Amino acid sequence: MASITLDNLGKIYSGGTRAVGGVNIDIKDGEFIVLVGPSGCGKSTLLRMVAGLESISEGEVRIGDRVVNNVEPADRDIAMVFQNYALYPHMSVRQNLAYGLKNRKTPKDEIEKRVAQASEILQIESFLDRRPAALSGGQRQRVAMGRAIVREPAAFLFDEPLSNLDAKLRVAMRLEIKELQKRLRTTSLYVTHDQLEAMTLADRLVVLNGGQVEQIGTPLEVYRTPASAFVASFIGSPAMNLISSSAVAHLPGTAHAGQIGIRPEDLTVTPDGPILMNVLAVEELGAQRLVHGKTGGERLTITLPSDALLSDSLNLSYRPEALHLFHKDTGKRIA
Amino acid sequence: MKRTIFSNQLLPWLLLAPQLIITFIFFLWPAAQAVRQSFLREDAFGTRSTFVGFENFTYLWNSPEYFHSLKVTAVFAISVTILSMGVALLLAIAVDRMIKSTRVYTTLLVWPYAVAPAVAGILWWFIFNPTIGIMPYLLGQLGYDWNHISSKTDAMLLVVIASAWKQISYNFLFFLAGLQSIPGSLREAAAIDGAGPVRRFFDITFPLLSPTTFFLLVVNIVYAMFDTFGVIDATTEGGPAQATNIMVYKVYFDGFIGQNIGSSAAQSVVLMMLVLMLTVVQFRFVEKKVAY
Repeated sequence: MASITLDNLGKIYSGGTRAVGGVNIDIKDGEFIVLVGPSGCGKSTLLRMVAGLESISEGEVRIGDRVVNNVEPADRDIAMVFQNYALYPHMSVRQNLAYGLKNRKTPKDEIEKRVAQASEILQIESFLDRRPAALSGGQRQRVAMGRAIVREPAAFLFDEPLSNLDAKLRVAMRLEIKELQKRLRTTSLYVTHDQLEAMTLADRLVVLNGGQVEQIGTPLEVYRTPASAFVASFIGSPAMNLISSSAVAHLPGTAHAGQIGIRPEDLTVTPDGPILMNVLAVEELGAQRLVHGKTGGERLTITLPSDALLSDSLNLSYRPEALHLFHKDTGKRIA
Repeated sequence: MKRTIFSNQLLPWLLLAPQLIITFIFFLWPAAQAVRQSFLREDAFGTRSTFVGFENFTYLWNSPEYFHSLKVTAVFAISVTILSMGVALLLAIAVDRMIKSTRVYTTLLVWPYAVAPAVAGILWWFIFNPTIGIMPYLLGQLGYDWNHISSKTDAMLLVVIASAWKQISYNFLFFLAGLQSIPGSLREAAAIDGAGPVRRFFDITFPLLSPTTFFLLVVNIVYAMFDTFGVIDATTEGGPAQATNIMVYKVYFDGFIGQNIGSSAAQSVVLMMLVLMLTVVQFRFVEKKVAY
């Protein structure tokens, strides 16, 4: 086990395109860090640079105290779970698990012991002699995890491991990964574009946009005090309402603000509320309902309990401290 | 499979007719003729033929010359297959690793396939011509006296190189497609699993290429045994001393030069049986077993 440090890390492709720039992340020993961002934000590139599958153009990656910029992937003491699982199709599950250990000249009985252990943890003992093609998506996912844990590496790297699973299985596997990581206490770096996955798994999450770090923080910090309008819109479902400040120019302290944000749950229906919203559509989620509407040309979404009374227009109020102000030029949060 | 129901009984036959006619005239009819001929013996002037039963075949069976040709064919086919597949695989691996100008290389490497076998034969005949060729000159500088007109080994080498050269393009395309269909993440996973480049190739890439490899194996053996007539005829004409007289060339030589039509036809029938066997092998084993 080890800490991982990304020091001013950058990637410039041979054509001159900059995929990632100036990334600083300190991952503590045993921490679960999630890199989250829209597609093309450089999160996978970052992970692949840590794995050694992508060369490093700028800065340093340190695993433990060792700079690994020029260290082969095999010698970085990491294990990776791929999006498509990357199981060797011509080998049985057992051989898939043992392959990395065999290459490292681990003694035979030790390999057997570790494969048995890992397959017990992941409950894949019953199909150790099958080939990957004979497994379901969830089972393949487990085998891919098993291949990572038999190695007992210093760190796990996950590249969108759940995105090929159906919604229900994804939620179940998400929990399993979380529990497994808690139990093994192995430093983990996890890439996803799904903000819900990021929120639920992470000790701390790193929000990336356009190859830059927008914010690093615990899920609650990021949710409660998003560092930029981008983070505010990306984290949280339903997304935060972002209103152009010209629509609410009368509010105090909005001089430099370009956008004002408020979470849907921070808007409440009160008979004398200052905002009048015309209801356009209602989405029933069971426990609650999402009400979409318009006020003065701006779209708003609010969450209401499923038994709340609805009408064509609603008066809304809010607590002033629930407002998030973002700078009109930089999009950064105004404290 | 999609089934189409024709209301008119005649239309499907009409649509199939061109293919059926071509198959009949150019494949089935000559094959039937060969089978018929193989049971006949013609007199020296080609005026009369008599039915001789299996005599043409028993003659072959007892002919050391025919067994010699069989041996030559085996050596030739195996060498051509190994050489053309080996070189093609190396080239495909090299191109697969390239990031830029892959298409240019691929196009250039495919060109030899467009060269007719006889022309390929002539090309190599010139390159290796003991009197005027560049290779014998260069080999001479190295102290090797190349002469495929008198040396059996040199002659075999020449026809193997000329035949393999043409087939490399074809194999290359298949190997490249096979390599590109292997997900990059498998090799990356193996790299993380501590396998070096050589290890990765033998543990991951090569096993996953096996469907392509088996397919090409059959195709190349068939090519070497039956499609190399032009190369042989343009370079060595089966010589020296029968050293490159492969079965398919012997059919031509015995039939058209030696005018022994009956024996030539019998040899054709033997070759037909061989093709049939190879086809069965391909369908039974290759297309079923070696797939993931």
